[in-house]
Amino acid sequence: MQPFTVLTGIAAPLPLANVDTDKIIPARFLKTIKRTGLGVHLFDTLRFDGNGAERPDFVLNTEPYRHAEVLIAHENFGCGSSREHAPWALLDFGIRCVIAPSFADIFHTNCFKNGILPIALPREVCDQLMEDARMGGNARLTIDLSRQVVVRPNGEEIPFAVDALRRQMLLNGLDEIGQTMQRGPAIDAYETRLRQQAPWMPGINAT
Amino acid sequence: MANTAKTLFDKVWDSHVVERLDDGTCVLYIDRHLVHEVTSPQAFEGLRLAGRAVRRPDATIAVVDHNIQTSDRSQGIAEPESRIQVETLEANVAEFGVPYFPVRDARQGIVHIIGPEQGISLPGMTIVCGDSHTSTHGAMGALAFGIGTSEVEHVLATQTLLQKPAKNMLVQVDGELPLGCTAKDIVLAIIGEIGTAGGTGHVIEYAGEAIRELDMAGRMTICNMSIEAGARAGMIAPDDTTFAYIQGRPYAPKGEAFDRAVEYWRTLPSDPGAQYDRVVTLHASEIAPMVTWGTSPETVLPITGAVPDPASVADEAARVQMQRMLDYMALTPGQELASIPVDVVFIGSCTNGRIEDIRAAAQVARGKHVAPGVRAMVVPGSGLVKQQAEAEGLDRVMLDAGFEWREAGCSMCLGMNPDKLKPGQRCASTSNRNFEGRQGPGGRTHLLSPAMAAAAAVTGRLTDVREMA
Repeated sequence: MQPFTVLTGIAAPLPLANVDTDKIIPARFLKTIKRTGLGVHLFDTLRFDGNGAERPDFVLNTEPYRHAEVLIAHENFGCGSSREHAPWALLDFGIRCVIAPSFADIFHTNCFKNGILPIALPREVCDQLMEDARMGGNARLTIDLSRQVVVRPNGEEIPFAVDALRRQMLLNGLDEIGQTMQRGPAIDAYETRLRQQAPWMPGINAT
Repeated sequence: MANTAKTLFDKVWDSHVVERLDDGTCVLYIDRHLVHEVTSPQAFEGLRLAGRAVRRPDATIAVVDHNIQTSDRSQGIAEPESRIQVETLEANVAEFGVPYFPVRDARQGIVHIIGPEQGISLPGMTIVCGDSHTSTHGAMGALAFGIGTSEVEHVLATQTLLQKPAKNMLVQVDGELPLGCTAKDIVLAIIGEIGTAGGTGHVIEYAGEAIRELDMAGRMTICNMSIEAGARAGMIAPDDTTFAYIQGRPYAPKGEAFDRAVEYWRTLPSDPGAQYDRVVTLHASEIAPMVTWGTSPETVLPITGAVPDPASVADEAARVQMQRMLDYMALTPGQELASIPVDVVFIGSCTNGRIEDIRAAAQVARGKHVAPGVRAMVVPGSGLVKQQAEAEGLDRVMLDAGFEWREAGCSMCLGMNPDKLKPGQRCASTSNRNFEGRQGPGGRTHLLSPAMAAAAAVTGRLTDVREMA
């Protein structure tokens, strides 16, 4: 996983609530067996008309937002399905940070596994950042994960909260599975206990 | 003295903590891992690249459901990309030794139908799947939740997940459900009440007389849509209804082992005095058959209602969003819901693809006929549901009424297979999501119960099932 330390980039305003994962990446694009290449389908129905032509009024089809690395949205971003294709599509497009008043749980978790930082800030702060974002290429936001601040174009610093363990994983781009596998003996011990305490729990054998 | 009373969620959580880390994150043991073709290829690829094995194949079950066609499959999967995904799963389960129900096995079906059906999903377990509707299995009294593909890989490799405990939320549904109303109407009413983010960060426990009275199919419908309320999971305390459902299922414990299991399962219900972070109470007697009008599951009203007016919404962003929904759905404020014509009716999905759902639809459709110009389809949730329905003659009832009778799968719930709405088509659907384009680009979805869906098929418009003779 690509580490996330400090990001300075263009932020795209997307003033919508309940942006669901079907909107981020419709199901018909989930037939891939890879993690990459989904950026061209990000927000497909918002971005393209029925003939595949760009909708000129959609923010990511306009300059400078084609190069956005941050997305600002409204409440409950990423609701709906568990598809990790949603963060994969965002990442493949170039988005490394999403700022919104709230996130759906599974999407929120999926972001951290892919080097994307989701930041929850109060609605009025998001509205300010949305205004900053509307200023386009001259108003870049800086997101500093080690100091846990968003720096507005006017220099104001907005602190944000992030889970300590997830922050550490992001900062260092750690392989979470490798970390957990180091806890193998504890998992072995749990399984031994499980076999003793719940011997009625059968294994699955599909034949 | 500290309150030591625990909720059902607390008990299942605590019994699965392998290790508690400094910041409160837990290494949580996973008892059952359900795998399907869409969210697993990248996880298996990750294992392969890192040279890792599946830690417990015997706690894992794989099946194809999302993008297989529901027409004849004897010649294999027709659509090339879908076929590659299915073949990739088959290669992966062979390489990693994961148990698998192939397409031609009668046990094949939607992953959330077959778990309970096979006795794979049991009370007190932790159950995960790379699919948000994993919450379905919470009806057994399990802690069941959807995960992303990175977490699928994590579970395959370690049989654990790194998680922080959720908050407890109690949704109490008191009283008796009126005639013509079903579990689907209860859960739609709950989502309408608390909103699509109402359960965020929480595990919802459903309780109260109306929940206790439901059969397991109804309980699964309720828990299934917990994710539409934003909750991490939904759970219902196991009771005699649960145990009777489990007994005799292929992978359930047998004989003395079953008795020992029941003894343990009886300790799972929340203790008296257990604390919840939030409590919501609904009165079942006030619930009517529900139908959604917008493009979020929370945009739901009784069928007797009318399309709301954006002009009545004070917040500008919310007003704009409501207008956008009405434009997308091609509805006008004040329009009676029961006057809205439909083009397609879909009965199926992990929400409502069980035998009980098909029986409810057949009861309405029996001796009647699908309205002219309406395409109506029934997609059983599993091969075994289909067999059971055919043994009861329900396929004949539906076919005679002009419905299509199809093979098991996710089908038009998410339009990954050929079962899609065409742009502008309006569908009365027993599935779980009415998002823009969910059932096909430009398609319009109204969520409702199987009985309501059958009624809409017969009249050609959204219809109050209580008015059907």
